[in-house]
Amino acid sequence: MRVLVCVKRVPDVAGQVMLAADEQSVDARHVGYTVSNHENSAVELAIRVADATGGSVALVTVGPADSVEQLRSLLALGCHAATLVEADPVALGPADVAREIAAVVEDHAAKGSGYDLVLLGNDAADSGDFQVGIRLAYALGWPVVNGVSVVETADGRAITRGDGPEGEESFSVPLPAVVTVLEGGVEPRYPSLKGRMAAKKIEVETRTLAGDPHGADRVKLQVPPAQPSNVEVLGEGAVAAPAVVDLLESLKVLR
Amino acid sequence: MILVLVELENGTSAEVSLETLAFARSLSEAGGGIAIRAVLVGDVPDRDALAAELGRHGVSEVRHATGDAFDAYGGASWAAAVQAARADTSSVVVTAAGTPRGNEVLAHLAARLDVPMAANVVAFSGLSPFTVTRQVIGGAALEEMTLATRPALFTVAGHSWVAAPVDGPPAAWHEFSPEVAEADLVARVHSTGVKEADESGSLKSASVVVGAGRGAGGPGGFAAVDELAELLGGVVGVSRVVTSLGWRPHHEQVGQTGSRISPDLYIPCGISGAIQHWAGCASSKVILAINTDAEAPMMTRATYAVVGDMHEVVPAINEEIRSRRS
Repeated sequence: MRVLVCVKRVPDVAGQVMLAADEQSVDARHVGYTVSNHENSAVELAIRVADATGGSVALVTVGPADSVEQLRSLLALGCHAATLVEADPVALGPADVAREIAAVVEDHAAKGSGYDLVLLGNDAADSGDFQVGIRLAYALGWPVVNGVSVVETADGRAITRGDGPEGEESFSVPLPAVVTVLEGGVEPRYPSLKGRMAAKKIEVETRTLAGDPHGADRVKLQVPPAQPSNVEVLGEGAVAAPAVVDLLESLKVLR
Repeated sequence: MILVLVELENGTSAEVSLETLAFARSLSEAGGGIAIRAVLVGDVPDRDALAAELGRHGVSEVRHATGDAFDAYGGASWAAAVQAARADTSSVVVTAAGTPRGNEVLAHLAARLDVPMAANVVAFSGLSPFTVTRQVIGGAALEEMTLATRPALFTVAGHSWVAAPVDGPPAAWHEFSPEVAEADLVARVHSTGVKEADESGSLKSASVVVGAGRGAGGPGGFAAVDELAELLGGVVGVSRVVTSLGWRPHHEQVGQTGSRISPDLYIPCGISGAIQHWAGCASSKVILAINTDAEAPMMTRATYAVVGDMHEVVPAINEEIRSRRS
């Protein structure tokens, strides 16, 4: 089984966000970059599918040249190939990204190394568009299952499990298929030394945009003003318990 | 027309769908009274009750898609139904709640119509061009975005609006059976696991909620939180990561993709307070946060806070309550 995982270099944001001067992107100079937890889970699931079927895992990203950093980290986990479509991510909308990934999938297929399964994160950690995987599926004419925790393959089908409104839901779709992943179903592995060494030898395929981008229709970003804090700190650690119970008594919630 | 995809929960309209209708009414008024239509897909247990409820939330007419194609949920088949309803009503706006299904169905529709779609919108600021504000970076930032093409497609972030019923006649009901292509039936729910007992009702109406987040550490990390909830006659609510990791059932989730709570007292333990969660608990009257990180958003926004590990603080509170009782 040949699996492709789509990843995105995103700011490693925790807490207050700083914006770039043009208000079009996040200033991540002081926080660094990562890929989302959803995508880490997607890579783990892809490696498991490849291991179980004697297959391989390729990565693709659409983004700046520095995205190679994220591709190398993920290659070290045991992925076999990586493609970078070099582009300014600020200039691209979700439909553009889907079209670019579709172009890579179709080009690789034309060269005899097509994919049976394409995985993405459920939503990008930064732009949160919730649509690239679905648009990609329509561009390829493949079925798509969204927001799953686990995906496996059997008898030419992708079998997924995930959380639905009425309990766990399972889908079974014929391959090739697109599946988007939510974190939580699997524990992503750590790279081995051997993996790191092997990753250094893999040549990352670099491409340019296949089409003219429509753009993200973004006017600007803004950060909500921080709320003034009026919190009353009752204490630190277990010794705060009497003060907490005093409060519970005054609120009359103790029975 | 404004077309709103309404999702059902236990046979009635999901709260987030009613919130989306509140957004739609605001948009309707800004546009000089554009009519609001709802589209429903699949089984409706009590049509009259739902028509009355949707009427109170500003819907003049319901388009109800029925047929074998909708026996099981599928993003593409639902989108086919919404697409047919949109064409039939000539709607210039199609919206849904920012739930997993709402985002999924609208993304399908966007791909089918080849138009943009904005996820998790919280406000609109102009009609010409139609300009919306939406949550990005998990709500840590907002993006102003134009939706110039028609129909304009967007989802409304959960609990960013408040459902507000008014007097209104029951919505007219039109059943239809749209053609669904074979390709749109490929990815449908194949099987559903054992249905979880949905106890979210008790969470929504509880006067005391004890919350737990990633800080619980694992499925075995809730014993003290469960005990505190019991000692206070309250219930447990959890953050999204806790349910997505499978530590606790979905119906316990508080937040944009879970329940909105408004207890007299909320005690979030080991919950950082990302917007996803905050949106569901912001209307709590008193918040007592317990967290190792004094700078976490939940800690700075809380009424009271204890800085510390929930695994030390919560058992100490339980012990103190028990000792005062005896």
